[in-house]
Amino acid sequence: MTPWTFFLEHRAEILEATADHLTLVVIAMAFAVAVGVPLGMLIVHRPALRKLALGLASIFQTIPSLALFGFLIPIPFIGGIGRRTAIVALVLYALLPILRNTYVGLTGIDPAVLEAAEAMGMTESQILWRVRLPLARAVILAGIRTATIITIGVATIAAAIGAGGLGTFIFRGVAMVSDAVILAGAIPAALLAIAADLLLGLLERRLKIS
Amino acid sequence: MHYDVPSGERGVSIEMNAKTTAENTGPAIQFQDVTYSLNGSVPRTIVSDIRFSVASGQTLVLLGRSGSGKTTLLKLINSLLIPTAGQVIVRGRATTDWDPIRLRRGIGYVIQDAGLFPHFTVAQNIALVPSLEKWDAARTAARVDELLSLVGLEPAEYRSRRPHELSGGQRQRVGVARALAVDPPILLMDEPFGALDPVTRAELQREFSALARRLGKTIVFVTHDLREALLLASRIILLESGRIIVDATPQEFPRIDHPEVTAFTACLAPLPGASA
Repeated sequence: MTPWTFFLEHRAEILEATADHLTLVVIAMAFAVAVGVPLGMLIVHRPALRKLALGLASIFQTIPSLALFGFLIPIPFIGGIGRRTAIVALVLYALLPILRNTYVGLTGIDPAVLEAAEAMGMTESQILWRVRLPLARAVILAGIRTATIITIGVATIAAAIGAGGLGTFIFRGVAMVSDAVILAGAIPAALLAIAADLLLGLLERRLKIS
Repeated sequence: MHYDVPSGERGVSIEMNAKTTAENTGPAIQFQDVTYSLNGSVPRTIVSDIRFSVASGQTLVLLGRSGSGKTTLLKLINSLLIPTAGQVIVRGRATTDWDPIRLRRGIGYVIQDAGLFPHFTVAQNIALVPSLEKWDAARTAARVDELLSLVGLEPAEYRSRRPHELSGGQRQRVGVARALAVDPPILLMDEPFGALDPVTRAELQREFSALARRLGKTIVFVTHDLREALLLASRIILLESGRIIVDATPQEFPRIDHPEVTAFTACLAPLPGASA
């Protein structure tokens, strides 16, 4: 059986898995952005919290994804088999690039601009909302873009704990020793990642300030 | 007992009168034995025992080499830095007694790279402090146009440009306009023309010198360029290693016998070959 014939025969199933996969990614990214960006804003003026937050996020990133899914299963409330556990793991993975880029974007601003803002009598929060955030948005979006691509990839592993998605085909294909089945999961996942990269890249260029 | 109360009241009212007078006719800025040091692993004194005052309407130039402490003195005036010892009195009140936000909104600030906000248009940049002060749109727009004309930029042509669409000289003009937006009585300038090419610099110096005379503001101007100092100053203070070594008028300054003064005047020597 060629990959192409397998794909045609199972296209409805593959499409459904792609939709599941995308749902998983979108939910995880929504949580990661909702946590990562405000946390990144918070740590600009709090060095102790900054070390803790960036350190923790880095640790999550170094745990192999399959192991992270495994670790979460026995934890009450957030663990167990299924989508919820997968989303928690994906959020932990996506956090570092978002958090780090938010922090770097907010602090990597021309010192002359920040000095002028302070000297003109802007308060710390006015500087954050009116100067730092608008100037950092392209860098923050770049972090979200990286995180999205990572999440699309890692979400394939989520099938191992019963979260569904395109990983289902990959794991099934590995078990069946069938390239066609593996590719039925791998190719749509790769296309998703490329599409997300292009779209967010386009948005990022539009937000960039010369 | 009976007499103490009224005399106490009188004391207060006299003091208040004195304060009001000080704000109106006294020095705009006063340094009272100010020292500023950094508390790093090795504490380092940046400026020490600084004592001088700037009268209202005066243009004081702080002259000195890089690292002599000029910019530190400027930042002590608008409370970007707080003195380690002594105090800086601005408009009759110590900077530590001011709400720093209120203090800074009454002091214009112009820096070398202009520090314009790249995500704002020229008009939005100039309107920054008015917007913080919640001016209405019509008043702000009128003020922006007035200031653009004042610094020699055609309002219709420049108001909606962004900083990256301006030349260095134009950016600096916008920086000056922004600093003047709410008509602050004091203007601080930190080598505002330092990054410009020599021809543009000379042009801006001449124009600014005329503008300063017209506006009658108290100006503290930091530079390492003696030519600029002589052109703009009503008084020059020369700093060396964080200490004041000369405090003189521009007329007296070149004749003062001090090695650091000589080092600066030597830079004014005629062009090579011009004397032949």
